[in-house]
Amino acid sequence: MTAVRTLVLWCPHWPVVAAGAAPTEPAVVVWANRVVAATPAARAEGVGAGQRRREAQGRCPAVVVHEHDEARDVRAFAAVAAALERYTPRIELSRAGTAAFPTRGPSRYFGGDTALAAAVWATVDDVMEEWGWAGTAGVGVADGPFPAALAAQAAASGMEAASGMEVVEPGGSPSFLAPLPVGTLDRPDLADVLVRLGLRTLGAFGALDAADVVARFGADGRTAHRLARGLDERPPATSPPPRHLVVAADLDPPAERVDVAAFVAKGLADELHARLDADGLSCRRVVVTVETEQGEVHERVWRHEGALGPGAVADRVRWQLDGWLNGPTARRPTGGVVRLVISPDEVTAATGRQLGFWGGESEATERARRGLARVQGLLGPDAVTVPEPRGGRGPADQVGRVPAAAVDVGEPRSAPVGAAAPWPGRVPAPAPAVVPTAPAPVEVRDVEGRVVTVDGRGAMSAPPADIVLAGRDVGAVQAWAGPWPAEERWWDPEARRRRARLQLQLTDGRAVLVFVEGGRWWLEAVYD
Amino acid sequence: MAVPTELRALADRVAPVALARDRGLPVVEALQPLVPDAVLTRGSVVGVTGGLGATSLALALAVGASRAGSWTVVVGLPELGLAAAAEMGVVLDRLALVALPPHDPATWAPVLAALVGAVDMVVVDGRLRLRVGEIRRLAARARERGSVLVPVVPGPDVARSPQHPTVGEWTTDLTFSATDARWEGLADGHGYLRRRRVTVVAEGRGRAARARRADLWLPTAGGGVAPAAPASAVAAAAVPGGRGERDTDDVLEAAVARTERFLRSVPAGAQVS
Repeated sequence: MTAVRTLVLWCPHWPVVAAGAAPTEPAVVVWANRVVAATPAARAEGVGAGQRRREAQGRCPAVVVHEHDEARDVRAFAAVAAALERYTPRIELSRAGTAAFPTRGPSRYFGGDTALAAAVWATVDDVMEEWGWAGTAGVGVADGPFPAALAAQAAASGMEAASGMEVVEPGGSPSFLAPLPVGTLDRPDLADVLVRLGLRTLGAFGALDAADVVARFGADGRTAHRLARGLDERPPATSPPPRHLVVAADLDPPAERVDVAAFVAKGLADELHARLDADGLSCRRVVVTVETEQGEVHERVWRHEGALGPGAVADRVRWQLDGWLNGPTARRPTGGVVRLVISPDEVTAATGRQLGFWGGESEATERARRGLARVQGLLGPDAVTVPEPRGGRGPADQVGRVPAAAVDVGEPRSAPVGAAAPWPGRVPAPAPAVVPTAPAPVEVRDVEGRVVTVDGRGAMSAPPADIVLAGRDVGAVQAWAGPWPAEERWWDPEARRRRARLQLQLTDGRAVLVFVEGGRWWLEAVYD
Repeated sequence: MAVPTELRALADRVAPVALARDRGLPVVEALQPLVPDAVLTRGSVVGVTGGLGATSLALALAVGASRAGSWTVVVGLPELGLAAAAEMGVVLDRLALVALPPHDPATWAPVLAALVGAVDMVVVDGRLRLRVGEIRRLAARARERGSVLVPVVPGPDVARSPQHPTVGEWTTDLTFSATDARWEGLADGHGYLRRRRVTVVAEGRGRAARARRADLWLPTAGGGVAPAAPASAVAAAAVPGGRGERDTDDVLEAAVARTERFLRSVPAGAQVS
């Protein structure tokens, strides 16, 4: 059975549009240090999605960086969605920048898919023009949301941008998809394996036997295989979701503010999930209906690739209310919200989707990442550093610090090759717990008060007896060892250093690491 | 040594976590006798002080939670030895360091507030001059969000009253202090700093009011933390075939003794080539 004929509207690089950037201005939107979207002007300079912030700034120093804000994206997209409402009341949003609706009814009314697509494109283009992004949107019509989305992307990035639309004939989805690369499935791991197996196009992947694909790649592979063949993601649901899963709340007094209604929505979302859990179901699409005291009704369909958690559902309700209550004046409701209904539109058995095998770990990392991003916002990007094993002889060399802005915080970082090398002459473990950022000048003296010297052959003039820091006697030496010579980078006249280290244990129980270089003594570390 | 530790960590992770997670952050085995219920209570302020070993002790406290998947952020201790942190067992992938601007104290409390709740363990320089109100608000925020705040005062601690154990200006629920630190391994011109015996005392409020003490190797020969027999019992316990740690140390001890004998046999002034 073929999929539902669907129209998909795709507004490329929506996050930068929502951030208020103009297409001619180089600007990027970043999230967790990675570029999410870039304007065409920034792309022309070699900036692209997935790059690190620093990399993007390196390629295009003039680039304006905006932080990603999903709520802002959705709020801005509400205007586009509202414009689409003249074609159909049921618009499905999966992420900001993409809207979809089934074309069966509207197409008949407007005189065919091509005419409908042209009308939708013109409507959306009017809205986009207000932001200065005229002619960027793409509209695709095909059997099922997946080929339609690819058609919309092809239309938006196509050379004949004047039309900005692509209509795949009914039944033509498999042949439309066949030449496209497997990377379009949006499953990087799977695509990587497929390319190495020599299956570079969706057509080649789709030609495999479904049973073989399931045996090798599991449930997710089957979904991808169905998509590649131009079928709907999963076999169509045969029965509508049971009525008892619909949750509703009446608000008395009516909620005038978004946060009041959103608070109620959070409770509803929790209740919905409790009911779904009890039945062993998960939900991928919800319909949120909002009703005001004047009888105005606002309905949106929200879709998510994975299962929608309670927090995600509550977020979407808030975005929807935000877009409606604070949206264009003409469409704004005249009264407070009196009723909220959340109904799961598409439920599936809760299987197969499992994130983070070790439970809350990925969630902890996500929280930490947000907290550190906030600190970077307060103190500047260089204030937060993360350790990086490097290998070396001195205590400060073995583990370095890199700005958190330059790496993926929370991703396991592989140590460079040198970290595990033997490093002959390194200071033996245990490492000192206090390592001053710069060595402090000290004096190491013998019993007669003369500064101890170490000659070129590593022989000391006399055993150390006293250590003096900034003119103040720090303590008498009880035990000591060394000198351990370390001559590093002797091939490089600039970076070469030749030093000899001493471990000193003082009579008060403290222990320090000092070194001599060029006849002067420095305090390198304290064993605290 | 490494394998059983990892296995234990794995077992801890796959065990049903509901109760333990809500209750507190795990600590390494050597520190368990020092804290009530063998965990650090979420939302508490745990101070670390003492003349010597405070930094190592703070690192050792973070290890248990770090291994179990929690994040640790160290605020305002730019001199922290990261190699020591790695040796102690802190997972470097889940450690971040925040440098505070020394001339802009107004930013300190907001930074700490942003981190409390975002990460499970916030280690902070206890010598920072925060206002009392800020400290109280941070402690309240930690209590609400379930993070553990660890103010550390390296070096001698002043003004410590037994009723309200304080670290700097912080009112702590539990305070660790290291005393009586003694290094082993270094002699007159040879050897190296091998391990340190410290006596750690933990006391606080409520269930922790009774002071608990433990003798620890902090750090051990490999840089970790392990329980040590009380000083008087060392001579009796020096039997081969004990714990793995002691085994390693015995081998080292024998090697050092051999070297010493060799060095003594060489006539003074002779050129060893």
